Amino acid sequence: MIYINAFILVGLISMIGQLILDNTKLTPGHITSLFVCAGAILSFFGIYEHLINFSKIGSSIPITSFGNLLYLAAYEGFKTKGIIGLFSNMLVTTSAGISSSVIFGFLVSIFFKSKD
Amino acid sequence: MNKADYKKMIKKYTPKEDVLKNALMAFVSGGVVGVISTIIYVIFLRFEFDVTSATSYTLVILILLSSLLTGIGCFDKLVEKFKCGIIIPITGFAHSITSSAIDSKKDGMITGIGASTFKLAGSVLLYGIVSAFILAIIKVVFYG
Repeated sequence: MIYINAFILVGLISMIGQLILDNTKLTPGHITSLFVCAGAILSFFGIYEHLINFSKIGSSIPITSFGNLLYLAAYEGFKTKGIIGLFSNMLVTTSAGISSSVIFGFLVSIFFKSKD
Repeated sequence: MNKADYKKMIKKYTPKEDVLKNALMAFVSGGVVGVISTIIYVIFLRFEFDVTSATSYTLVILILLSSLLTGIGCFDKLVEKFKCGIIIPITGFAHSITSSAIDSKKDGMITGIGASTFKLAGSVLLYGIVSAFILAIIKVVFYG
């Protein structure tokens, strides 16, 4: 069941992205930025919580989970540390994704050459 | 032949991008990425990691895979086939960082890799952080 739920959730979010890509003039860059904002907005209205309940891992794979985690971390930071928590806690939960992308991206760019 | 006729003819012979087929492809390939990550996640849970670390490990492994695929030049071919199914998951974010780092390698370490790594991924981070900040402020002001 956990597999089917993850399949449906990630598949649906990807399909929405593809439909936007095909029917408008937006580039993939526009769409990923849009989806991060959408994730934060869904999280704000408490809708993302339902997606997490539907599939824990499936909801954390699409780029929308970035927005969700950023928003939740910022708000959590405010509750524990006050105003400064908004700034100091913002990137805490997304750190694994950002740091590993930068580190692996750098290492790969050192060891591999551009194909064209 | 006048302009309207010409446009009609162009329209007739331009290959139509099959929107429905693309959408279905994105659904299936996105779903497969979801299933693969669930398999990795379940393996980590088996080794008694807690839910949060298992999720983080899964993300890190997906990012490592897509960076390597970008490095050997496979990722662009996969995108052509699977469309948004691998752009929308975190693999697309890792790909955008790795590909801009590789493409700018010839310009040197600082002005090339250093300056261009976030060329594409920067917009995701910028708008993510700004929107999260604004929404958190709204939440704090109106709901406490």
